Amino acid sequence: MKKNMIKVIQSKGNSRNPRRQFLKLGGLAVAGTGLMLSCSLDEEFATPLPNQEPDANSDHEEPANGIFDLGEGDLGVLNYAYALEQLEADFYTKVVNGFYSNISEEERIVLTDLYNHEVNHREFFRAAIGAEVGDKMELMLPDLEFDYGDLDFSSRDQVLNIAKALEDTGVSAYNGAGKLLTNPTYLVLAGKIVSVEARHAAAIRTLINPGSADFAGDDVVDPTNALDLARDPSEVLAAVAGLGYVQTQFTANFLP
Amino acid sequence: MNIIKFLDEFTTDNLVAKKSSRRDMFGTFGSMGKKAAMAAIPFGLATMSTKTYAQDSGNAAVDALQLALTLEYLEDEFYQRAINCRVLPDGRPTIVYQQIAKHEAAHVDFLIAGLEGAGVEPVAKPEFDFTAGGMFDPFIENGTDIETAYAQLLALAQAFEDTGVRAYKGQATNLQGTPFLTAALQIHSVEARHASEIRRLRGLKGWITGMERGEGMPEVTQAVYNGEDNLIQGGVDVTTLGDGAPFGFESSTEAYDEPITSDTAVAIASLFIKS
Repeated sequence: MKKNMIKVIQSKGNSRNPRRQFLKLGGLAVAGTGLMLSCSLDEEFATPLPNQEPDANSDHEEPANGIFDLGEGDLGVLNYAYALEQLEADFYTKVVNGFYSNISEEERIVLTDLYNHEVNHREFFRAAIGAEVGDKMELMLPDLEFDYGDLDFSSRDQVLNIAKALEDTGVSAYNGAGKLLTNPTYLVLAGKIVSVEARHAAAIRTLINPGSADFAGDDVVDPTNALDLARDPSEVLAAVAGLGYVQTQFTANFLP
Repeated sequence: MNIIKFLDEFTTDNLVAKKSSRRDMFGTFGSMGKKAAMAAIPFGLATMSTKTYAQDSGNAAVDALQLALTLEYLEDEFYQRAINCRVLPDGRPTIVYQQIAKHEAAHVDFLIAGLEGAGVEPVAKPEFDFTAGGMFDPFIENGTDIETAYAQLLALAQAFEDTGVRAYKGQATNLQGTPFLTAALQIHSVEARHASEIRRLRGLKGWITGMERGEGMPEVTQAVYNGEDNLIQGGVDVTTLGDGAPFGFESSTEAYDEPITSDTAVAIASLFIKS
């Protein structure tokens, strides 16, 4: 069966509005299988290398095209979560190292906490994956590189809206990935983290729109059954690729 | 289940937040708690029946959903009464409680439909007592002043939401491999959004530091927070994973919410269940 093929590739020179692009491509991602997203105008990566097809008999651990694949099963999900946590941690590192001007004390505390939590999560996944792969370190997602293009870290609106997108995406990603995990320990660990991401999302949403119902707004919590979003990795990674911040290519050919 | 031990803790007279609060309402909450505790007859809760909600169907997934439904019944009735009792100030508190009330009602319907769809009879709705035997008066049924009642509405909401997060998390492995896992996770994160907002409405952080129940929370709610100070995740002490604030005690506990067992969840809910 052919799986979605998501490429996270170079985005230097991308001048589109990050948030609009995120939403647009997030919607596009459900359009079909075999979807390949590229937001790159960079010569070097303008023509993505052909990616291998998932094949039960192939050794996906060493893809012929040299592009890292997250892998399958629990390891694939851990690498997937690790990718998201790397992005969040890196983003908040940028935020706290140059807060937008006139930031309120409350916002400074919230964003600093989010930085602390996400860095902790990132290092936790590094450790957990390290334990999982043993000496096969080539199966661990490498340190990703990021470039935020035109994102203006001195803009409160931009910082908070990207934070909101990242936190909501994290919630939907963990909610969608739970069923992919077979090891109960990992399921509980994902549960321990996702609720903190949801706490973050609510806080950021209220900072953006104080006094509103946005903390669990109808845009993320279906008002008919009150369920939060749950998304498959392909959809989440397409949305992340759409942000254009992740510079390191990887694929998720063995995740739905 | 260890309801007795929990009730022993519950019947202490120390219902007052130790520290003076930054907000008047927390202070009045404290004195109200003390007054109510003195006036209350000895809590007869140890005689409470557990048959209506402590399920043992022989099917862990069904038990998990029945526990979830019991907690949702509790939250649903609490918020419905909260938005109808005229205690909540206009503006943010009312908006927040209305949104949460909408969700909890939908969760009840969703779980009932899910259980019935699986051919299981949903657990009956218990009779709730949100005074917890006379300790609270959040809906002003016993003449409490409005400030105190509001403080109690907030404190109880925080306790219920933080309990809900932990209880759903504790049931995840019981639902693993069933079609209900994803839905339960989707409810779980909604409870966490609620918890964050209620906590922040009370002037706290949206996340739990160590096992602190937070300023102004009556001591009886400490059971909701015990164990949240865990530092070992997947066998690793996360404070050892790096240097600096992200790996300090506070961040390392805030960054992970901890599950509770069915027994703990039932014990907490039992405070508010008459029969």
